[in-house]
Amino acid sequence: MAKLKPEDLERIAQKMKKLINLREGEARARVIVHMGTCGIAAGARAVMTAFMEEVEKKDLKDVILTASSCAGFCSREPMATIELVNEPAVKYVDLTPEKAKEIIEKHVIGGNIVKEYALAAGSERVL
Amino acid sequence: MQRLHALICTCTNCISNGALKIKNALEAEIVKNSLENDILVVQTGASGLCVKGPILTVQPEGIFYQYLKEKDIPNLVQEHFLKGRPVKSLMYVSEVEKIPIPKINDIPFFKDQRLIALRNRGVIDPESIDEYIANDGYKALVKALTKMSPEEVIKEIDASGLRGRGGAGFPTGKKWQICRAQVLKRKSSDPSASAYVICNADEGDPGAFMDRSIVEADPHSIIEGMSIGAYAMGATEGYIYLRIEYPLAIERMKKALKQAKEYGLLGENILDTGFNFEIKIFEGAGAFVCGEETSLIHSIESKVPEPTQKPPFPAESGLWGFPTNINNVETWANVAMIINWSAVWFSKIGTETSRGTKVFSLAGNVNNAGLVEVPMGITLREIIYDIGAGIPNNKKLKAVQTGGPSGGFIPARLLHLPVDYERLKEAGAIMGSGGMVVMDEDTCIVDIAKFFLHFTSDESCGKCSTCREGAATLIEILDNISNGEGKEDDLAFLEELCLAVKDASMCGLGQTLPNPVLSTLRHFRDEYIDHIKHKKCPAGVCKALVRYSINRDKCTGCTLCARECPAKAISGTVKSPHQIDLHKCTRCGICVKVCKVGAAYSE
Ligand SMILES: Cc1cc2nc3c(=O)[nH]c(=O)nc-3n(C[C@H](O)[C@H](O)[C@H](O)COP(=O)(O)O)c2cc1C
Repeated sequence: MAKLKPEDLERIAQKMKKLINLREGEARARVIVHMGTCGIAAGARAVMTAFMEEVEKKDLKDVILTASSCAGFCSREPMATIELVNEPAVKYVDLTPEKAKEIIEKHVIGGNIVKEYALAAGSERVL
Repeated sequence: MQRLHALICTCTNCISNGALKIKNALEAEIVKNSLENDILVVQTGASGLCVKGPILTVQPEGIFYQYLKEKDIPNLVQEHFLKGRPVKSLMYVSEVEKIPIPKINDIPFFKDQRLIALRNRGVIDPESIDEYIANDGYKALVKALTKMSPEEVIKEIDASGLRGRGGAGFPTGKKWQICRAQVLKRKSSDPSASAYVICNADEGDPGAFMDRSIVEADPHSIIEGMSIGAYAMGATEGYIYLRIEYPLAIERMKKALKQAKEYGLLGENILDTGFNFEIKIFEGAGAFVCGEETSLIHSIESKVPEPTQKPPFPAESGLWGFPTNINNVETWANVAMIINWSAVWFSKIGTETSRGTKVFSLAGNVNNAGLVEVPMGITLREIIYDIGAGIPNNKKLKAVQTGGPSGGFIPARLLHLPVDYERLKEAGAIMGSGGMVVMDEDTCIVDIAKFFLHFTSDESCGKCSTCREGAATLIEILDNISNGEGKEDDLAFLEELCLAVKDASMCGLGQTLPNPVLSTLRHFRDEYIDHIKHKKCPAGVCKALVRYSINRDKCTGCTLCARECPAKAISGTVKSPHQIDLHKCTRCGICVKVCKVGAAYSE
């Protein structure tokens, strides 16, 4: 990787934003598993594995699976956030591998939020 | 005076999605409809929802439009601004409201939080520098290196009112100024002299996990903050002192450092500006005293990690004798935001003396345990009852402990207290680094004060006799009190000893270790007196003071308790009242648990 010049940052930012915002590109959904120490202790790794297996089994080429950190709500871990194109992010709590499979099936593929496991929709206040 | 304010977000994200075109179109339409005197178009910074940009907020109604396109504007101005009919199809609300679950900002846990240090939590992949960059990452570093002099950076941090988040709350800008002056002085006689910046991620307070979470969630925010600090103070090397019990944080920080180096954001000639800076991780062994800055420095130097007398302060003679600036993880995490969004923006959040936000690890007897970032000035009640959703099992709140073992207890009647360095201090507690332990009515104050003292006593390096012996003696007296052997003059002696330990210990560990005792003596004196005079532990925790008995009128003589008692302390025949032999009783409480008619009880 070549060393960056100040103007390169903007280029990377633009490229990444398209990916993160699912705006342009192949991805239709992003699955974020919250993997802080707390999440992992509560079983986030097994949840991540379940998401991974399910995405692979269903051959979902347009789903990005990624890890992020603790969402702050440690008492309800493991947690995951599901983002579909043009929909507000949905946070799921108290997950298990079984619930993860169900969420892929119903929400990521079917487009219907699994109400029983969902905590809320939207993003937190920043700034 | 304008009737409506149209706030258009012009953060980089929204601009890249065409926010400026929207702004021009808006202004043109407003003129076309002769609404110049009615509507003011204002440019604002990121709203946090800029993924949906360009976005427009109309105040005072608070209507939120998203994904705007130029062609939407004539209709929007006509319908909303002229005729007062907000355009549903462009509104954000419509989208969330069709969702069958609550909005995140209707959830009390999230509603009152405001994320600055934790701005990227749960949003970006902490192992991807590109995702950090996408969320304005390293923008502040570019700004500092290309548009600001070191003095200007320090002035900005100073004007923001940022204070150290590691415990003492020292103004960060002032500290940087002092360090820069020392660096310049040293370099004038020895141009090759080093200077260091250090990130203190020792985080030794029991129950605290703020700093760990920040490093795990957003390691680049620390690297960026330290790089800006190093530029401002003239340092060329940095250390991150991370405790070895935080393997995930260490792993993520290592990856982040590697990525930053590959991008040339660390190393030589950073961003082609001639600035050189390197960061190393030092894995600390996890002793509480190593969080104290002079100990921490000795620990990196491979010396015995004991505190030494200040002055000299680290700014004058720190790591290997060179000027050194130490800040806490959360302090560093705020730096880039202040440079990006200005001191004026930052100083508008919080209270007169305590600007910005504070991250707390909310733990103990509270429904929503977790990591929260709140604006300074929020009340304890809001944190515990709104964000924390109150106390489990309908118990009553007894006290909140802030500031870890160096902190103090705040009684339930002071819940209206705003969280602010000065207010907490007046109440006998401290902000500390952000541990917040909630305690319900089943907590014994003497017992819990003892818990913290055991911790500090174990962690004392033993150098000062007041700290080493003082803590041990305090524990001995507290042990006597909880064993029912307390004497009436114990309280006066406790107080005197506490003050002596405070006065005569060299470092912050000894100076603050009496705080849990002093603050409980101040707010919960009656409970000490109950233990000493009445030989009673109101919370039923101090076993020696708890008495188990069986109510003769209620006992049916079912013999269940006698059969279950592990100490065989209960006697009685079938169908006649039983009794407990207090000499044999070990106060395990099993009789109360098994009794079906509520005859066995404790007092
Ligand atoms: C016993 C003791 C333990 C400390 N532990 C920590 C710690 O874990 N993390 C921390 O940032 N500061 C800790 N401090 C405070 C540091 O000495 C220092 O003041 C702080 O790192 C400065 O950073 P700030 O100005 O950003 O708060 C401790 C102090 C004492 C006396």
